[in-house]
Amino acid sequence: MADAVTQAPGSGAVRLEMRGVRKAFGATVALDGVDLVARAGEVCALVGQNGAGKSTLMAIVAGALKPDSGSLLLDGVPYAPRDPLAARQAGVAMIHQELSLAPHLTVMENILLGVEPVRGPLAIVDRDRMRQIAAAALAELGHTEIAPDAVAADLSPAAQQLVEVARARAIGCRVLVLDEPTSSLTRDDVRTLFDLIGRLKAQHVAVVYISHFIEDVKQISDQVVVLRDGRNAGGGATGAVSSDDIVSLMVGCSVGDLYPRGARRRGEALLDVEALSPGDATFTVHRGEVFGIAGLLGAGRTRLLRTIFGLEPVRSGRIRVAAWTGSAAPHERWQQGVGMLSEDRGGEGLARGLSIADNITLSRLAPFGPRGLVWPSRQRAASAAWIERLDIRCADARQTVAELSGGNQQKVAVARLLHHGVDVLVLDEPTRGIDVGSKVQIYRLIDEMVSAGKAVLLVSSYFPELLGICDRIAVMARGRLGPARDVSEWNEHSLLMDASGARAS
Amino acid sequence: MERALAVDGRVGRPRVVAARRRLLDEGGVLLGLALVLGLFGALIGPQFFRAANLELVARQTVIVCVAALGMTIVIAAGGIDLSVGSVVALSTVVTALLLRQHGPAVSALGAIAAGAACGAINGILVTQLRVVPFIVTLGTMLLIRGAAKGFADERRIEAPVTWLNSLLRTVRDGSGVLLPTGLWITVLLAVVVALVLRYTRFGRHLIAIGSSERTARLCGVRITRTKVAVYTIAGAFAALAGVMEFSKLSVGDPTVSIGLELDVIAAVIIGGGSLSGGKGSVVGTIAGAAIMAVIQIGCSQQGLPTWVQQIVTGTIIVGAVALDRVRT
Repeated sequence: MADAVTQAPGSGAVRLEMRGVRKAFGATVALDGVDLVARAGEVCALVGQNGAGKSTLMAIVAGALKPDSGSLLLDGVPYAPRDPLAARQAGVAMIHQELSLAPHLTVMENILLGVEPVRGPLAIVDRDRMRQIAAAALAELGHTEIAPDAVAADLSPAAQQLVEVARARAIGCRVLVLDEPTSSLTRDDVRTLFDLIGRLKAQHVAVVYISHFIEDVKQISDQVVVLRDGRNAGGGATGAVSSDDIVSLMVGCSVGDLYPRGARRRGEALLDVEALSPGDATFTVHRGEVFGIAGLLGAGRTRLLRTIFGLEPVRSGRIRVAAWTGSAAPHERWQQGVGMLSEDRGGEGLARGLSIADNITLSRLAPFGPRGLVWPSRQRAASAAWIERLDIRCADARQTVAELSGGNQQKVAVARLLHHGVDVLVLDEPTRGIDVGSKVQIYRLIDEMVSAGKAVLLVSSYFPELLGICDRIAVMARGRLGPARDVSEWNEHSLLMDASGARAS
Repeated sequence: MERALAVDGRVGRPRVVAARRRLLDEGGVLLGLALVLGLFGALIGPQFFRAANLELVARQTVIVCVAALGMTIVIAAGGIDLSVGSVVALSTVVTALLLRQHGPAVSALGAIAAGAACGAINGILVTQLRVVPFIVTLGTMLLIRGAAKGFADERRIEAPVTWLNSLLRTVRDGSGVLLPTGLWITVLLAVVVALVLRYTRFGRHLIAIGSSERTARLCGVRITRTKVAVYTIAGAFAALAGVMEFSKLSVGDPTVSIGLELDVIAAVIIGGGSLSGGKGSVVGTIAGAAIMAVIQIGCSQQGLPTWVQQIVTGTIIVGAVALDRVRT
């Protein structure tokens, strides 16, 4: 593996070394003696569940936090940045999950923000030199197609990320920390990013790569460091550990099969879609099966689900849910026993300002009092049962959803469907952007539901997941849903072929 | 898993945070009320706290309070209603016109029905045109004001004196036990609105809409129906405030209460309501209205000019909003 890299001159020298790093916030110990070594010209993947200490560790590297004890060495020299600016000046740059370009400024202004070249006694910004430096930085990354004069807001997320990397390179970074860089990228963009990381390796940058996506980690990293509960849980050369090993280390116990499969028995048809437009979709979902829809971002999958659930108008075609035929508003779908999980967790799936109890029970408040009354104590008691059952980490049911981690937020959204007791679960990207532990729990839950005779319609861009939990899969490409086939007839390659339209159907 | 619970920094604090937030939500405004009361008590002396003076404060604030009860649910549902002042004026006119041929109860109910109709129109326009409520109600503010002037033929409408005129009179020379009847009505309605917000499906639904309309829609909340109901109720409350205004004026006046909506909105905001929706407290709103009334009466009894009073009230509004930012 990665021969070209290990042979690159000068690679392998220890660039960043952290030993016995400890950090406590009051009584909670976030990091308890963590070690991490990142070598020049290598990618060190840092993985762990939410709350494992990744962010704290990287905040220390980036100078935003000071460790209570432990040592940091940068190229063998003690390294203790006072603040993020000092860290940047020392050559440590960090790119966050949420991109941080100034949207109204141009690419070159962003790249040289804070370090603008100036001339003359009035310190007037030297725009020509700025353009030169920016163009050089972009060229170094092999992306001359991005114009230094383009406005940042006009660029795609992937291009914006590139500009951030160029900014890091323009100040001469030696260590680059990438936090969940692929979470908002399409597959093509991920490939571009990985090419870029390859170039950075060739330039002897030490890359620290934080990700939830085990497949990405396997593909791009040379070393893996797994954190759990603020300690090193294990790791080593990427080639020597399997994906299952990594997940087991992250969750702290053997996950066994990542995708469980109980005794599923296919029953009667619950959801029947015929020639539905938008989506050009015809399919049937039965009790006791998970029906998957694969596709790339923008293929129209979300639109199809929203149309079925009554959130968007039906243009033509027929939808039948159990005994009801025809289009319906969301409240009617709930009454028919259909519940939907939105892909937009923060904007639509959950009311972030409301409590966990309100979010779980909003679609069905009737059991909590007679004639339109709602007793909050009953609402909280019902929610507490789901909090317990789904292992939602929170103070209590009154806590606002915005204060929870992504995985726990998603479990709240799933709990709503369970509280409502729906028969058909329409799930749009149920595991996007959440930690592995929560993912495993959601997979288990889906399997339990289906084994208990419910029907699940699942959309995902993550093919291993689809292949793992679905019984039948259809692929959506360019706004059209293809024919459904049994999961055994699919593999990642064929899914991607159909999804990218490489195989005309 | 036990350990992860301890390590995850998010887990330990929220209970404290939630408790502090609840304290800030209503405790802050009650503290503010205590402060202004204490301040004027110290400046003016113990006579400021005489029962008659406190009753004056209550009578002064009751019209804003009644309208603000409606505004509290509109703002909690993520909306705003600028037409309140105009509905008050229309309501005084309708009351006066009806009193010429009907009894006081019928007249008051007729005025409230007219206000509810105005509110329903607001709600229908907001939900059907999909225009932001600020613009819709800015339009209906003028529309309803114009209608009021049209009905009244641009004149004050004289009306026979009935028990309606004593709704807000002091207990000594009016009706009412312990407090003027109008105040009792307000207290009763405040309790009802507080209970509705907290203990009914309608209340939880409107707060959900204010917090995140898309989520509410996904969860099957009937957005249109709920919003129209919210604006209709707010219109009815504004009209009731108009009946009380009529009780003070004893005539129907289409030019009364211009700009009242701003006092009403200020009361809700000082009371902890958020213009981004999802929040609103009846106790807070009433305390907010009371703060403004205390400042007004305190300043005039202390002989301070109106401009001082306005500066103080303005500062409190900005302070309340700043507090809201700290909270979120």
